[in-house]
Amino acid sequence: MDFGFTDEQQEIKRTAHEFVTARFSPEKVRELAESRSYDDSQWREISALGWPGIAIDEAHGGQGLGMVELVILCEELGYACAPTPFLSNAAAGLLIDAVGSDEQREGWLPGIASGEARGAAAFTPDDEPIVPDAGAAAVIVLPEGDGVRVVQGADAQVETLELIDATREYARVSASDGDPLPGDPAAGVDRVAVAVAAELTGIAQRAMEMAVDYAKEREQFGRPIGSYQAVSHRCAQMLFDTEEARSLTYYAAWAADAEPESLSLAAAMAKARASDAAWSVTASALQVLGGIGFTWEHDLHFVLKRARATGQLMGTAGQYRGRVADLLGLAAEPVAG
Amino acid sequence: MDLTLNLEEQAFRDEVRSWLDTNHPGAAPEGDDQARFEFEREWQGKLHAAGWAGISWPKEYGGRGATLIEQTIFSEEMARAKAPRPANILGLVMGGPVVIAHGSEEQKERFLEPILSAEEIWCQGFSEPESGSDLASLKTKAVQQNGGWRVTGQKVWTTFAHEAKWCMLLARSDPDVPKHKGLTYFILDMEQDAVDVRPLRQITGEAEFNEIFMEDAYVPDQNVVGGVGNGWMVGITTLMHERAGLGAASAVALRRDLDELIALVRERGLDEDPLIRDKIARLQISTEALRLGGLRTLTQTMRTGIPGPEGSLAKWQWAEANQALTELATEALGAGGLERNGWSYRFLRARANSIEGGTTEVMKNIIAERVLGLPRLR
Repeated sequence: MDFGFTDEQQEIKRTAHEFVTARFSPEKVRELAESRSYDDSQWREISALGWPGIAIDEAHGGQGLGMVELVILCEELGYACAPTPFLSNAAAGLLIDAVGSDEQREGWLPGIASGEARGAAAFTPDDEPIVPDAGAAAVIVLPEGDGVRVVQGADAQVETLELIDATREYARVSASDGDPLPGDPAAGVDRVAVAVAAELTGIAQRAMEMAVDYAKEREQFGRPIGSYQAVSHRCAQMLFDTEEARSLTYYAAWAADAEPESLSLAAAMAKARASDAAWSVTASALQVLGGIGFTWEHDLHFVLKRARATGQLMGTAGQYRGRVADLLGLAAEPVAG
Repeated sequence: MDLTLNLEEQAFRDEVRSWLDTNHPGAAPEGDDQARFEFEREWQGKLHAAGWAGISWPKEYGGRGATLIEQTIFSEEMARAKAPRPANILGLVMGGPVVIAHGSEEQKERFLEPILSAEEIWCQGFSEPESGSDLASLKTKAVQQNGGWRVTGQKVWTTFAHEAKWCMLLARSDPDVPKHKGLTYFILDMEQDAVDVRPLRQITGEAEFNEIFMEDAYVPDQNVVGGVGNGWMVGITTLMHERAGLGAASAVALRRDLDELIALVRERGLDEDPLIRDKIARLQISTEALRLGGLRTLTQTMRTGIPGPEGSLAKWQWAEANQALTELATEALGAGGLERNGWSYRFLRARANSIEGGTTEVMKNIIAERVLGLPRLR
């Protein structure tokens, strides 16, 4: 029994943390968010590090590592609030890998792994789903009934959506045809949910640190506000929420790699908890910051908006709790509509 | 990262499991407190004979010297098998470890073996009516008097005081120094006229706890642990052992109760109710988060050798989850849930979870100050 990272995983985490905090400084994130754009040179750097293919096997040009390593990267990118098409590309890779045919894997995974022919994936099961980073994607994974299909980016109609979260590009995508992926989508969808949970955990961690740092510095009534229990207990609750999300997310990542029979429940718990944690921690951080937290000038709002938008990717916390109840064997509630 | 047990750990688990299969004494008798206590004393004797009683204690003091993961496995198996608690639980979890960490050779020789065998029961005299969360403000006074001490004061929330031979007592030995520095940790003999034990009836109707009144009670010098004036530091060790010792078992007990609740919800046809489903899912998530957080802390402690303040988070998580769980159970049972039965007892008893062993507010203070590094309130 060992519920901690290996030396190699710790090294990946350390390197990732250094890289994202250097490249995605608050100033850089603000610049990209305000222009609603990505920096292509940063994507090339991320690709050169091999990150897009971290969980794709070596035969398809990836690094052949697992969900635990992918989760480490997602958490750090969430922490930095990094504007980058990483998550959507990784999701496309996970779905094609888990659900696609050999031919589809060979066709699409190498480009996704190298970052040269990026993928994107729908994060909602709607008919006209919202797809992050569809704009320049070579391949897009879309829902199709109970399954999924892939369409070439060039064949899709992409309508840009300006969501409150300006650190990621979102679009409504429609495409008339496409190539169905033959497998059961569950394993792929569960893995994507875990990756999203990891990003949310990183977002929660970041907001907690912003709140705690501020509570140590900001003085009112002649003392740091963090010495008042109304504030310090709020911060303790942030740790409670963040650590629960983290424990469940790491467990789900481990289950994906080592105990697939536990993955569905683990992923549903992680996604539900992390969606709630990211929102409650960012909202609570804004309260700790007070007026300054409500200004455009402060960086917290980028984090808060990303928490809200990311928390709904793949489904809300409430929907995932419904899934937890289903998986515990409670009778399914009657499906509305 | 590997959340499964390795071969060695599996072998240990199997050993515990098969021993419990053969030796489990059945459920403790209900209703008659004295009979129940004797039952638990006998059970501890059995545990001791097989070398399980002092599982965390070093071998040289009669323990098993088990690793942290083995202790966790043992707690989990005991909880899973619904094994009764050993009679001298406070001696095993708090008194013994403190004597081992801070006691003299003579004290180890004198006190440890009877703790393991349950021949001498221990209780804990820390809290006072005026000193709950602010433990260091306690007023029970100890005055030096030829070769010993005379102790006068009142303690409250003392479990097993009526059965105990010894009390781990924190008292003020020096009123003239700052409050944390004037305390001494004594081992008080409960079998003297100057010590009066009165049962304290709680909201469940039972008297699980007691009050202790001391009027010039005598403690010889050789029963001071860790030196005069070091009581705060020694006492904190006790509380750390308490929190660490309860962690793993509480996660398993919560799991067991949640499974019982899920069965109840299905039996009563409530599993299509969206609100009940949502609450069950929340409890499932809390229960797993507690278990997994415990395993992360365990790994961290085994790697670094230092238990962190994370035990405070687990204590808080557990209290919150157990209260939510018992609230839902009584709700799911309808009016019947409030009849005096197993669930309504657990429901009322759970209200103490966020108070006993350190209130949730104190846990939040510890997390704010020691984990997040926020400025101290005082």
